[in-house]
Amino acid sequence: MSGLTINDVSMTFELPNGGSVEALKNIKLNIKEGELLSVLGPSGCGKTTLLNILAGFLAPTGGEIDLNGHKVVGPHPERGMVFQQGALFEWMNVEENIGFGPSMKGTPKAEIAGKVEELLGIVGLQDFGKKMIYELSGGMQQRVALARCLCNDPDVILMDEPLGALDALTREKMQSLVLDIWKKTGKTIILITHSVEEALLLGERLLVMAPRPGRVHKEYRLPFAEIGVGADLREVKQHKDFGPTRDEILNMIWDMEEEIMGRTETA
Amino acid sequence: MAQEIAELVSSSLWMIVGIALIFALYLGISAICYLVWGLFTRGREKAQGYTSLKTVTFGDESAVVANRIASIAAVIAIFLIWGVATGSKLTPNLLPGPVSGPVSFEYTATNAAGETGAGRIDLLVHEFGETPETPAPAAEDGDFAMNQSVTVAQRRKVLVKTQADEGFAFTEINGKPVSPGETVSFDDGNVFVTTRGSLSIEPDVGMTMEALYLPPPEAVWSRFIDLNKNGYQGVGLWENVFWSLIRVVIGFALGCLFGIPLGFAMGLNGWLRGWFDPIVEFMRPVPPLALIPLIIIWFGIGEQGKISLLFLAALWIMTIAARAGVSGVNISKVHAAYSLGATKKQILSKVILPNSLPEIFTGARVAMGVCWGTVVAAELVAAEKGAGKMIIAASKFQLTDIVIIGIIIIGVIGYGIDMIMRGAENKLVPWKGRG
Repeated sequence: MSGLTINDVSMTFELPNGGSVEALKNIKLNIKEGELLSVLGPSGCGKTTLLNILAGFLAPTGGEIDLNGHKVVGPHPERGMVFQQGALFEWMNVEENIGFGPSMKGTPKAEIAGKVEELLGIVGLQDFGKKMIYELSGGMQQRVALARCLCNDPDVILMDEPLGALDALTREKMQSLVLDIWKKTGKTIILITHSVEEALLLGERLLVMAPRPGRVHKEYRLPFAEIGVGADLREVKQHKDFGPTRDEILNMIWDMEEEIMGRTETA
Repeated sequence: MAQEIAELVSSSLWMIVGIALIFALYLGISAICYLVWGLFTRGREKAQGYTSLKTVTFGDESAVVANRIASIAAVIAIFLIWGVATGSKLTPNLLPGPVSGPVSFEYTATNAAGETGAGRIDLLVHEFGETPETPAPAAEDGDFAMNQSVTVAQRRKVLVKTQADEGFAFTEINGKPVSPGETVSFDDGNVFVTTRGSLSIEPDVGMTMEALYLPPPEAVWSRFIDLNKNGYQGVGLWENVFWSLIRVVIGFALGCLFGIPLGFAMGLNGWLRGWFDPIVEFMRPVPPLALIPLIIIWFGIGEQGKISLLFLAALWIMTIAARAGVSGVNISKVHAAYSLGATKKQILSKVILPNSLPEIFTGARVAMGVCWGTVVAAELVAAEKGAGKMIIAASKFQLTDIVIIGIIIIGVIGYGIDMIMRGAENKLVPWKGRG
């Protein structure tokens, strides 16, 4: 059985004052191999918790995750992760960062070098292999993070707001890059974001999550990712369905936020 | 008790006055140098590059760059002050020095018979420590008032006793009337007539400092040359410094050897953190110097004791630095490494260790500074060789110049150690502060 199955996953955090928070409640989801899934939701809806469970950093309090027929019990190279920022190794240069995964496995150096070379080309950092991480801009650093993840050849790539800290222009370029990589490698990609536009552009499937308890509120199947591959993303945004869908989701999240604020005020 | 506290308060207040005066003097010199510098560089010395375009510089720390001319001038000023204050031959004599060489004054006296006679007292004022021959007194003129000749060291007093039997009394010094219990001045000093009728003569001491308190720079320099050649008490100058340094290096290395793994263990394991926490947190605020008595009781005054002390001085600092290094690892990095397939051992060596290097280097700089201070203090208490031993031994013989040489060398080496550590830091952890 291939693909990623989220099987009735719940996550309850105990609070120090004796109460508890249901960060996730009965999440059920099947993600096919090669699917591009974006997850959206207001803060506190448990989307990062879900990603941490998928990566294996957290064990769910209920349910389980299955990948290609086996249960997820911890972090594993089959599930690569791209963090928002600060997860690169500053004491290594770009090449060493990208080749980190294979070198941990003891892959021969020449083989790693070839892979790294190829990935530097894919992410557009051909001449930056010998640079140190702190010499790169934020966008370049995220390219390295992406390449590092790809170099390990994972089955699933998990992205935790990978473009959140980038400026608008760099972000747009990176969104195109993510789409290219998705198409070229055919990897399953799960992307968490709090930008509605990004979720629309980078999800053939889009989940909107709702908080308290964290749950899937609504699911969309979208054409924009497919259209966006190799195309100008600004043109994709002119698509007749793009605007209305964006507004619908924005209103949805806006309502959720208001509900939270209202509850906080009465609490 | 109340009186002691009152004394404490009053001496503190006097210190405020004294320190303020010294600061005012030094700032005054600084202001003069600034004005002179301004005259020379008028219009030419402007901020360069981006800073020159900043309109807000007051309050913008990055726009404040240390003026190196000021630093050089400050050091030169200190040497000049030192030279002037000690009457050095290298600097202009702005302050009068003590009287030197032969001086004399005339006196008038009466005797029991009621006669009046005149005499002359010759003084040979010599440098402290010299023992010149007493010159012959001036030829007698025949009356009862004898001429006398005495020698006296600079900044010291000499007593000239009444010459004849009862009834002899000094009445005038250089024509100024005087009676017992009074002080009169002559050209080159003061004369006090004691109640028993003797003269206590004090040649002018001038305003420069005595070498006992602060020797002039050239005396310190010549002592430095001498120390280089002959050493002090049979031990060469650099041999002393070498022994201090070798103790620091060994103690510091031992501290790192045990402290860094201990810190990692505390950062990675809850039981070990709980186990060592009380010891580390208790020992951290205990100044190493407070351990010296105990160390001497346990180990005696040999090398073992001093190295143990330095080990303890470095150990806690390095432990806490390594622990902070581990806790400072961004959890994303650890997660990323696990997701990339790293094992625990690889996480430790490839992620946690390099990531904590900046913290460890900061700790190492602090530890080196503390060790260097501690070794000198430990040598002051008990040592056969070492920079601290040299200065405490010299101070017992009032060889202030050696004490000053020692202090300068200790300072320069402490600064050098920090420079080396900083250089190593820049070389080995260039990513520090740029994560």
